[in-house]
Amino acid sequence: MLLALVFIMGFPLSLAAAGNEGFPGEVQIPPPPFSEGIFPCSNCHKEMPVNPKRRILKDEHTGIVFEHDAKNRWCLDCHNANDRDKLKLASGALVDFSESYRLCGQCHGTNLRDWKAGIHGKRTGSWNGKKTYFLCAHCHNPHSPRIKPVTPFPAPVPPEGKFLRHGSAGK
Amino acid sequence: MKKEITRRDFLKKSAGVAATLCLPAWAACTQDNVEAFLREHFLELSPQQLTKVLRRLEKENLKRFGKAGTIDATPAMKGVVFGYGLDISRCIGCRRCVHACVKENNQSRKPAIQWINVIEFNKESGIDFGEADPYYCSPGSIHNKAAGEKGSGSSTQELSKEQKAILQNPESQYPLYQINAEKPKTEAAGGCKVPRADHFYVPVACQQCKDPPCVKVCPVKATWMEPDGIVVIDYDWCIGCRYCMAACPYGARRFNWSEPELAAEEFNPDTHYLGNRPRRRGVVEKCTFCIQRTRKGLYPACVEICPVGARKFGNLLDPESEIRYIMKHKRVLILKNELATHPKFFYFYG
Repeated sequence: MLLALVFIMGFPLSLAAAGNEGFPGEVQIPPPPFSEGIFPCSNCHKEMPVNPKRRILKDEHTGIVFEHDAKNRWCLDCHNANDRDKLKLASGALVDFSESYRLCGQCHGTNLRDWKAGIHGKRTGSWNGKKTYFLCAHCHNPHSPRIKPVTPFPAPVPPEGKFLRHGSAGK
Repeated sequence: MKKEITRRDFLKKSAGVAATLCLPAWAACTQDNVEAFLREHFLELSPQQLTKVLRRLEKENLKRFGKAGTIDATPAMKGVVFGYGLDISRCIGCRRCVHACVKENNQSRKPAIQWINVIEFNKESGIDFGEADPYYCSPGSIHNKAAGEKGSGSSTQELSKEQKAILQNPESQYPLYQINAEKPKTEAAGGCKVPRADHFYVPVACQQCKDPPCVKVCPVKATWMEPDGIVVIDYDWCIGCRYCMAACPYGARRFNWSEPELAAEEFNPDTHYLGNRPRRRGVVEKCTFCIQRTRKGLYPACVEICPVGARKFGNLLDPESEIRYIMKHKRVLILKNELATHPKFFYFYG
């Protein structure tokens, strides 16, 4: 079942306020793309005991296809066990979902470096001023990061004629 | 000694005579038309003359589309030369840039004129224009012939409602995935999807050459390079000889063979004289790096729509710019290097 997903349009988080280093110029990042009603996680998890056993989830989150080095990791490597509203770095430090790039950058350091420079990932806004960055999770599903194939927009119409190399483009 | 009559004087005098003799019934002889005929080259217009030209063109727009919009002539910023970067290791060939460009730049919808041509290559032969397929995922694709098929992929030229919504609001395409998506059962399900296995994509538009062959061949100086490096066309000066199209090694220029069709509700009213203002039949057009946007500091429309962030844009003279970062840290290539056209459009591997 495909769950419809609502992109939460809100006031973008200003990175300057978050005190981040290494970003050129003025940068904004929209909020993380949560499924509708899923955040804060503590709504459900607060009352639940933590089960640290690596297992396949049967009751909840069953729609998640986990294809992100699945052999070596699972939920609680990135999601913090005791406070589910945070993510956990390898060092044990906690980060907000709005700063998830710090988590991703632990392994994908070169991509994080390029992302900060504005090369990996997309920027919108102004080439010489205020820009909007997008989080890793806006393009890559954190649980299955490979970009999925999409249906392309309409193709151009081939010109008519017999001179084309493959002969098929016209008639 | 007999006084020489210059061509311009002769034209002015004879047009003046023609205008005086003109009967009111001759619609073509309006004051506006006479003015349009007698005006100076764009680069020689005084500010007052330029304003007059712009207002006259806005009046034409009003007649044609029911809204005048704005036609400005924002000059190049000082200390700026634009450069473009395109990451061919990221491009997925989704053609969103093609259609965002059409929407932004008021191209003719019928016949469809598109400034960006997304070319599919197979990984085995690399960038070999003999093997190029710009018609992938449509019945015109060269693969259909090879496979003896009538045609796979969609033949429609119409954008779907979802596609129009994405063009309207590029941010609405995020996240690019459905968070709880199941894996597709079969590869074929859902028709032709990109990127196709073993293929890669190279979108080609005007390469904004530093030594542009198209400019050299123009017999009337209707196309030239601006101080910020954008090669522009004055659609009112172009005589439609198409020498520039023959000279361009990248096939980047398009010709209006018939009167361009653009519905009033699709007309983008924010235009630049040298960029996206509506064209007429018989003139050449091409990518201008969205001159109407970039001279105001905005990214081009194709950069804003690209879902995978493959498109980069910036000032080549600013060492801190994104484009300079690419040239410093990435492996960069330009198309048809051997022709020494020196494009300011750089393809790179991210």
